[in-house]
Amino acid sequence: MASKTVFSHRDPMLKKRDDFEDILEERRNTSDLRYALRCYTPALYKGLTPCKASELKTMVLRSDQLLYVINQVSKETDTAAEEIQAEAEAILEEMAHRLQLSTIRFFAFTLSKIFKTLFRSICVNEEGIQRLQQAIQEHPVVLLPSHRSYMDFLLMSYILYTYDLALPVIAAGMDFMGMKIVGEMLRMSGAFFIRRSFGGDKLYWAVFSEYVKIMLKNGFAPVEFFLEGTRSRTAKSLTPKLGLLNIVMDPFLKGEVFDVSLVPVSISYERILEEALYARELLGVPKPKESTSGLFKARKILSEDYGSIHVYFGQPVSARGLAEGRVKRSQFNLMPRHIPRKPTEELQDFVNDSAYRLVRAQEENMVLKPWVLLASLLLQNQAAGNKRGMPLEDLTEQAVWLRDLSRQFGAFLHWPDHIPPSKVVSSSLSLHRSLVRISEGRVQLTLEQGGRAEPGLPKAAMTPEDELLSQAVIVLSCVSYRNQALHVFIRPVLLASAVHAASVNRKQEIFNAFSFLRNMFSNEFILRPGAEVQDFEEACYLLVKSGALRFNQQEVLVTERGHRTLAFLTRILDPFVQGYQMVCRFLCEEATEGLTEKRFVPAVRKFIIKHLLTGGLKYVEVLSSDLQKNALAALLRLGAVQKLRGGAEQGTLKVNTVMVNSLEDTLGGKLPTQKPLAARL
Amino acid sequence: MASNSSGDGSSRHQIARHRLSVIAGHLQRPADSNAAVLAVDCKSQGSQPNVNTGDRGEGRTIPRRRQEIMKWNGWGYSDSRFLFNKKGQAEFTGKRYRLSGMIIPGLKDWMEGTFGASLQHKTQATPVLNTSAVQPPTLNEAFVKELKSTGIPFSHEAEDRVFRAHGHCLHEIFALREGKIGRVPDMVVWPNCHNDVVKIVELACKHNVCLIPYGGGTSVSSALECPPEETRSIVSLDTSQMNRILWIDEKNLTAHVESGIVGQDLERLLNESGYCTGHEPDSMEFSSLGGWVATRASGMKKNIYGNIEDLVVHVKMVTPRGVIEKSCQVPRMSTGPDIHHFILGSEGTLGVVTEVTIKIRPMPEYQKYGSVVFPNFEQGVACLREVARQRCAPASIRLMDNEQFKFGHALKPQVSSIFTSFLDGLKKFYITKFKGFDPNRLCVATLLFEGDREKVLQHEKQVYDIAAKLGGLAAGEDNGQRGYMLTFVIAYLRDLGMDYYVIGESFETSVPWDRVLDICRNVKARIVRECKDKGVQFPPLSTCRVTQTYDAGACVYFYFAFNYRGLSDPVHVHEQVEHAAREEILANGGSLSHHHGVGKLRKEWMRETVSNVGMGMLKSVKDYVDPNNIFGNRNLL
Repeated sequence: MASKTVFSHRDPMLKKRDDFEDILEERRNTSDLRYALRCYTPALYKGLTPCKASELKTMVLRSDQLLYVINQVSKETDTAAEEIQAEAEAILEEMAHRLQLSTIRFFAFTLSKIFKTLFRSICVNEEGIQRLQQAIQEHPVVLLPSHRSYMDFLLMSYILYTYDLALPVIAAGMDFMGMKIVGEMLRMSGAFFIRRSFGGDKLYWAVFSEYVKIMLKNGFAPVEFFLEGTRSRTAKSLTPKLGLLNIVMDPFLKGEVFDVSLVPVSISYERILEEALYARELLGVPKPKESTSGLFKARKILSEDYGSIHVYFGQPVSARGLAEGRVKRSQFNLMPRHIPRKPTEELQDFVNDSAYRLVRAQEENMVLKPWVLLASLLLQNQAAGNKRGMPLEDLTEQAVWLRDLSRQFGAFLHWPDHIPPSKVVSSSLSLHRSLVRISEGRVQLTLEQGGRAEPGLPKAAMTPEDELLSQAVIVLSCVSYRNQALHVFIRPVLLASAVHAASVNRKQEIFNAFSFLRNMFSNEFILRPGAEVQDFEEACYLLVKSGALRFNQQEVLVTERGHRTLAFLTRILDPFVQGYQMVCRFLCEEATEGLTEKRFVPAVRKFIIKHLLTGGLKYVEVLSSDLQKNALAALLRLGAVQKLRGGAEQGTLKVNTVMVNSLEDTLGGKLPTQKPLAARL
Repeated sequence: MASNSSGDGSSRHQIARHRLSVIAGHLQRPADSNAAVLAVDCKSQGSQPNVNTGDRGEGRTIPRRRQEIMKWNGWGYSDSRFLFNKKGQAEFTGKRYRLSGMIIPGLKDWMEGTFGASLQHKTQATPVLNTSAVQPPTLNEAFVKELKSTGIPFSHEAEDRVFRAHGHCLHEIFALREGKIGRVPDMVVWPNCHNDVVKIVELACKHNVCLIPYGGGTSVSSALECPPEETRSIVSLDTSQMNRILWIDEKNLTAHVESGIVGQDLERLLNESGYCTGHEPDSMEFSSLGGWVATRASGMKKNIYGNIEDLVVHVKMVTPRGVIEKSCQVPRMSTGPDIHHFILGSEGTLGVVTEVTIKIRPMPEYQKYGSVVFPNFEQGVACLREVARQRCAPASIRLMDNEQFKFGHALKPQVSSIFTSFLDGLKKFYITKFKGFDPNRLCVATLLFEGDREKVLQHEKQVYDIAAKLGGLAAGEDNGQRGYMLTFVIAYLRDLGMDYYVIGESFETSVPWDRVLDICRNVKARIVRECKDKGVQFPPLSTCRVTQTYDAGACVYFYFAFNYRGLSDPVHVHEQVEHAAREEILANGGSLSHHHGVGKLRKEWMRETVSNVGMGMLKSVKDYVDPNNIFGNRNLL
């Protein structure tokens, strides 16, 4: 079976872990200054055309593609080509990096100091570094790190500098540029800045794509960008953005380079710096604008312990390998390659599929800490209404059970086996003491003193709503840890929920329920489009392997010990199901005429707060705007809600009440086991 | 001799004729008339205008029994081959070539360095054909009987049949060296003139015999392989004895020539009258005029003289439906699709080309070789592109990549004087140290100028000026000439390689200018990667050159070769690599073939190359012209 190959490479995870090397160890023992000033001679791409950053700009401005677009725009707008040319130069000036070794050395020095105070260790898989070094010499390389923190790209450059590897140029959002000096510093450390949205601006797109392509083709430096587009506030991987991936695939597809190596990099933080910040953002406290002074205010975080970071450089994925048998490259034969063309549907599907594969590769190599499992258990316990928390022994017992289950599912779990489980649990809890506390031998989330976020306010003065929100900050912080493990469980979770909801146990019917759920939640989790059957097979395989399910010809049977597993898995999906139901109910009951997409989140939040306060809903995490937006996106995708375009009603949501209602019912337990019902969606 | 009486008789004539031509060679000028040694007089000859050059046999290269002068399991003349002498130095035997009898000191190191080959590891080819390994002929008795009555010579001797069962693809030669013989023609016939061909085709149709035309036998597209599924008797129609120039028309500058004449004879005979065709494919020693027409051949000097489709004024082809030809010999006509284009490139699937009227030119007054060194391949391509843009390409201009430059260098014969070697050293020093060219990146363009002296010198200056602007340095005539020599001996070198576990092949494509660099890089890289993936133990040689320039693109030629020690099925690996390389070419906007043709080797890609409708057109022509698939070599479609 083809799906088998998906699991095979996950098993030797012990080996994976042993290969990690702590790069801070050496920093603690030798001079940071000498380290920052040491001789840096990275191995370079064999086809490199050496050039300076300034020469790159000239190459971009003289490229056929850009000249073509400049001419086109000049004709369309009836403007002199020189003016457009000047505009292009300005765009490029705003965008371009000015990579300088001296800045990198400065960062190497300061970051060494900072990292040593913040983190216990920064562990990097050495084998991955060796593979990367090889890859850099052979083909142009694209680095694709996961994005959970601001730290990510400085950390990446820091690691590459440490290992004497070619420093990357990094696509960064324009918002960074607002930070006066820091913006320029980042530019000199290899960041280039792109506007968040430039839909339809042909010239901008041309300058931008040509700039990236020229750097890539000439092997100037590895190109680094975040597939997820932005930092994930929930610690779940975000559905990939395709723009930049399209651009870096293009030189290969058009034969301008032999291959491009795409290297997924998984950065896992034991404790995320922005933990509470993200939670508040998800609850509607707007994200603070990036500013240098803001960064200084954040310096109090320097006094805290953020545990360790694991950085796993994955197996380089060959663009050629991905395209093999999927893309007919000769499609570019009949037109000059510099004339921009809308990609065919086949090509879009290919890039989309590749993006999902790469994000999954990131997910699979994320190192999970024991705390991730504890957070899952504590959240389930909390939602079950046990206000007094969980006895420590129970938690330990369940954690060990969950450890074994997640290992069977192929989790890349960093659980020190030579230490007694109780010690592991208590040390994890103590690192996260801002979120949990132990009192009288019971572990609970630090909900009632939730004033942590606003310590100035006396408890009594808080409205129930404020109290709820401050509890939600703690819950959402915990959720962000639980979410780190979701990718391990998601396929079995969907199957478990399907088994749970389906009235019959015929495999085909369970598959139908499974595909309904998978389809419903495909904006929420990383589920590769079109891989329905594979995902189902994988879920079945894992649940059979762990002894939870048995297949009796075409029947699916839950085993004796499988009930516990299935119950746990089903509870993982529960908050999402209820959250989506809430959104559906909101749309049916409260959505007024002329509700716009912009006003959707505040409105639905109010609706949910109401239900949480009246006790109609137990999952505080439903307050997450991420979940709400994903739900809306799913409904839009399924056609239950429509977004009007153009005119005064731009962005207005039009709700198909019948359809939304029926979706809500279906989520509420009447999962379709008949194919036609699912097909109707 | 197992041959029939007619064959027997002719072979005696053959020997006599050969002896005579050798004597004639000594005397420098061929005897005026030696009709006495004509093997078989063509009945139709009387009706031809009586031209002196029309006499058969004098100084012609290719005898009926090819195996008398040519290798049965390798390239070219039996007396010419590379070998390592007792001192371990490479040497080229024979007297026919500039390189003949010379020591090539650099070749051994190059072979060891490039392929990891070693003189200790040698594989011997089967020295003589084991005739018992050849399956006995399936003869169509009625056909043979009627053919005999026409007096056209034929043979079903094993050696004759095996010789015509293959071209020069690697797998074909490799099998012969191992003594493996597959399906071979059941019989060989040697028509002497157009009318003989008409008779043969009529008989073949009458008795449902499969005909496979055979010209020079230099195909590299599996075009000559007998389809294994063919159950009818297969007759190889060898045109080599139809080798006369029937007339020369000096007023219109055309010559009417029988299709079996090989390139070197055609040029030599025309030269005697002060003319040339200027058509010089790399295989011109052995390939025939009819073969050129049937495969859309291209010559090295096409920039002056044109490719075969530009040279042909009139073609006569015998098909199962009858003879196809135009009613006039005009430079151009507007009469619907040009019927010549059904014939050109038909690869023996529609009929046999028997006579061709071809353009001729007065012999050039002056010829000059030249070469230019570039610091890298990119700049070299830029130069060729500029030359093409200005439409000032010399008769030939080729750009070799760095690997091929080194290869050419390894073929430098031993220098006789210390002075020359000192000069070579000085040149090398100048280019690499003084000019800063990286010896592992530089590449060289070879040039050939032709015309009247003054114009050649003027032309030369123009081209060197362009080259200088693009970073090139003139590198002398000698380098240029050696570059061209390489193309004539490369096929001999492959035989040497095969003696030492090295197999290789060349293939070509045509590509638009903007993709030349990309296709070169990607195809070479693909070859290296495929070899690695397929378990080849040594790094392969993967090299290319740009051999022709056009207004809208160029022709690119690839060589690849590898040491196959440690592989259980090297030929299969080789085929997989070549297949992958062709896929890569097509993916990068290259054509299926520039001049080698499709044959059976590349026909799987025909449909995507010419579209469904295109295939349908070709098929319907085939169905009309040859409904019973008499010309059953199954090429192309």
